[in-house]
Amino acid sequence: MIESLQSWDWYLDGWIVGVGILCATACALLGNFLVLRKMSMMGDAISHAVLPGLAVAFLLTESRTSVPMFLGAAIVGVLTALFTEWIRGFGKVDEGASMGVVFTTLFAIGLVLIVRAADYVDLDPGCVLYGAMEFTPLDTVEVAGFVVPRVAVTLGVVLLVNIAFVAIFYKELKISSFDPELATTMGINAGLMHYLLMTLVAVTAVASFEAVGNILVVAVLIVPPAAAYMLTDRLSIMIALSLVIAAVSALLGHVSAIAGPALFGYGSVGTAGMIAVAAGFLFVLAVLLGPRHGVISKLVHHVSLSMRIAAEDVLAMLYRIEELAVGEQRSVVPAHLDAAMQLATPRRRLLVGHLVHRGLVDREGGRLILTDRGRDRARNLVRSHRLWETYLLRYTRLRPDHVHFSAERLEHSTDHELQAALNAHTDSPHIDPHGRPIPPRISERD
Amino acid sequence: MTGARFSAVAIAAVVLLVLGALWTSGSLHAHGPEIRPESADGTLSGSAAEWPSREQWVRALSLRDHNTRVVVLGVTMLGLASGVIGSFTLLRKRALMGDALSHATLPGIGLAFLVATATGITTKSLLLLLVGAAATGVVGVAVLLFLRRYTRLKEDACLGVVLSVFFGAGIAVLGVIQQLGTGSAAGLETFIYGKAASMVPGDVVLIGIGGILVILVCGLLFKEFMLLCFDPAYSAVQGWPVLGLDIVMMALVVVVTVIGLQAVGLVLIIAMLIIPAAAARFWFDRMLPMTLLAGGLGAASAMVGAGISAVFAKLPSGAIIVIVTAVVFAFSMFFGPARGLLPRYVRRRILQRRIGRQHLLRAAYELLESKGGLEEHTPRWIAFDELLTKRSWSLRRVRKLARGAQRAGQVELNDGGIALTDLGRADAARIVRNHRMWEMYLITYADIAPSHVDRDADMIEHVLDADMIAELEGLLSRPVASCR
Repeated sequence: MIESLQSWDWYLDGWIVGVGILCATACALLGNFLVLRKMSMMGDAISHAVLPGLAVAFLLTESRTSVPMFLGAAIVGVLTALFTEWIRGFGKVDEGASMGVVFTTLFAIGLVLIVRAADYVDLDPGCVLYGAMEFTPLDTVEVAGFVVPRVAVTLGVVLLVNIAFVAIFYKELKISSFDPELATTMGINAGLMHYLLMTLVAVTAVASFEAVGNILVVAVLIVPPAAAYMLTDRLSIMIALSLVIAAVSALLGHVSAIAGPALFGYGSVGTAGMIAVAAGFLFVLAVLLGPRHGVISKLVHHVSLSMRIAAEDVLAMLYRIEELAVGEQRSVVPAHLDAAMQLATPRRRLLVGHLVHRGLVDREGGRLILTDRGRDRARNLVRSHRLWETYLLRYTRLRPDHVHFSAERLEHSTDHELQAALNAHTDSPHIDPHGRPIPPRISERD
Repeated sequence: MTGARFSAVAIAAVVLLVLGALWTSGSLHAHGPEIRPESADGTLSGSAAEWPSREQWVRALSLRDHNTRVVVLGVTMLGLASGVIGSFTLLRKRALMGDALSHATLPGIGLAFLVATATGITTKSLLLLLVGAAATGVVGVAVLLFLRRYTRLKEDACLGVVLSVFFGAGIAVLGVIQQLGTGSAAGLETFIYGKAASMVPGDVVLIGIGGILVILVCGLLFKEFMLLCFDPAYSAVQGWPVLGLDIVMMALVVVVTVIGLQAVGLVLIIAMLIIPAAAARFWFDRMLPMTLLAGGLGAASAMVGAGISAVFAKLPSGAIIVIVTAVVFAFSMFFGPARGLLPRYVRRRILQRRIGRQHLLRAAYELLESKGGLEEHTPRWIAFDELLTKRSWSLRRVRKLARGAQRAGQVELNDGGIALTDLGRADAARIVRNHRMWEMYLITYADIAPSHVDRDADMIEHVLDADMIAELEGLLSRPVASCR
């Protein structure tokens, strides 16, 4: 692996990474708005559909000059959006399906035209479809005295155009992405923004062809913004993160394209595919580790919540046993909890351990007893529970034997204010519907 | 019952096709397997620009070549199966899921090829490649469902992520395969664009088995799938395993995708899943005929497309099939009787004309009424100028409507105006009655001010049928407390 990286050539590999970063950031910048507008597949559709635009440009000019290519792509990009809209609107076909009809047809036409064009023009269909990033540094132009790959210049210009677009229309894009109705009432021309965005997606897709190819444009268009979306709730931060993720995937993609296959004894593979894989890898990390919306943090949150609820149930149960107990026998044999609460023994051990650790329950010679703090907490829970029962019975049509289960769930999310409100609404009762005393309010000692 | 009938029809079609394929393969073996009369570089001398001769057209379209016959039969069955399952995924609003799935098959194909090479199994083993394709395709769908269920990402973003990342991985694996130097990597690229011409009889049998499986399951689960498409919540309440049915449906999409990879390629197989079904939707509102037609359209356009690509050997067959299907779609979108643009437009025009004529009759009737001319037996002429005061309509429109009413025998027409015939007077009386009864109803029951009811009644008078009128009569003859 290390040996394979020793062949790193700062000029060649440096430019490949550079081109990759330019391409990925130019795409990801626009992709943010596609993801937010729920139009990711429109990006996919347009990047497939610009193929006939390119092919017609090739056939007409018989060369690979940039301007007709971009013009053709922009026209077809807008046409894709228009046709999809027409088939959806006039034909009343589901949006996804109308998109599918349009882009596959245009792609098929493009494929046929490309094969025809290949007879006249020096053009490799494979290159159009999955890019030839490795060869981009070889085709250079001179800009202000520097020798720069032609693709880098094109992508740089497109990136600047995209940045200008987002900077100028930031407010409009933001509002129309999150609240299209509000945007319309504020006088923002949502249709114009839509078609401008689609045009730029098409132009960016064309500029990216030589780098990552037709199909993998979607990878840099959608994956970095989708990953960023998992990490933040703010648009400005999401855009910044998506650009960073895009740039890192370009770098990581090229390095792994050289070093990855070497692990298995093969030579380097195409960078474009590995950029998509690298972006996917970063996406998986974001999905798993995202601070608020990540799968793991949601799982942890879920587990700790259900743990807290179960522990509170144990606490309340200990209080109720204490309440019923006559004389001095207030402590409980742990195993009795299993039968009373239908707990599995390992789970009960876990919960009791948790409560002891938190200082809410004490172990006394193999028996469990509430500490003072635990008793206060439990008393508040039971108070909430019984107030809820009274309230539900009075104000809802729940039957007396049904209020317990509702109260059992509500007691865990009842804070002092809510408890006070319940108390007021039920005229400060002392007895619950089942004839048990409602304990007085206690400010907990922490 | 529908399911059984459906299965019978569809399976009969596939069995016929498979018999055809077996017969073809038999005769192919009789001639020796090396007979490939229309190899890409032979007759067309490498230039697709040259228009094929008439003889080449006849050869291809009459299926005289065994190779063409094999290919055409194979893709026809594929079209049939994909049209049928596509109808369900379309109505389940899962059309684009096939897109993610088909892209996700690429790494599987590559990995299966690597495994085959490493373990020394014959590298052309199609079945192994397809098993690999199905495996990663299923993983792709599983990832998709996971992302949609457990993250905040919307369906579209999940699809985009899955299809691009899996496809990228597939491209990377193909990059590794290219270094093996066996030259077989080029063969794998046919899975991306499709090359129906490389199909052999064994592949056709494979497609046939897959197609029968798909259609059989669709037939058996017809009612369940239909319920799932139209009302998944109700079907869950009824106790159907919604998730299980969805999984079966996606599994069938996997089967069609995998058997179609070789013929049309993974980018365009999605078109065969979506377009015939979307086209059939314009023809029928009922599920069974729509599904059968989707299968038929898929089969027919695949057959024609394969025929054409047999002539233009250099053009990718998948693309040609898709273009033919798209033409069928465009035709259906304009002319399909159930939801096509033209029939819908015609129906609307007919309704508008009828409404206009009824307006004319009512205007004439009300003018006569105000002048006390209703009791006379001789027709009394009403000038166009008078009619123009009744509504905001142009003289041109009134004349046009009058001509229509004349053709229907409702009015007599001269340069200056119209006169109601007996038929016209009866029709007009009915319309005026409808109008006024609805006004009464709105005033009495809907508490709408009398000055506001005219316009509402104006819209509803044209669509009141006999039952509705009878009900209104009943309601209005009853004494009402709130009547003013």
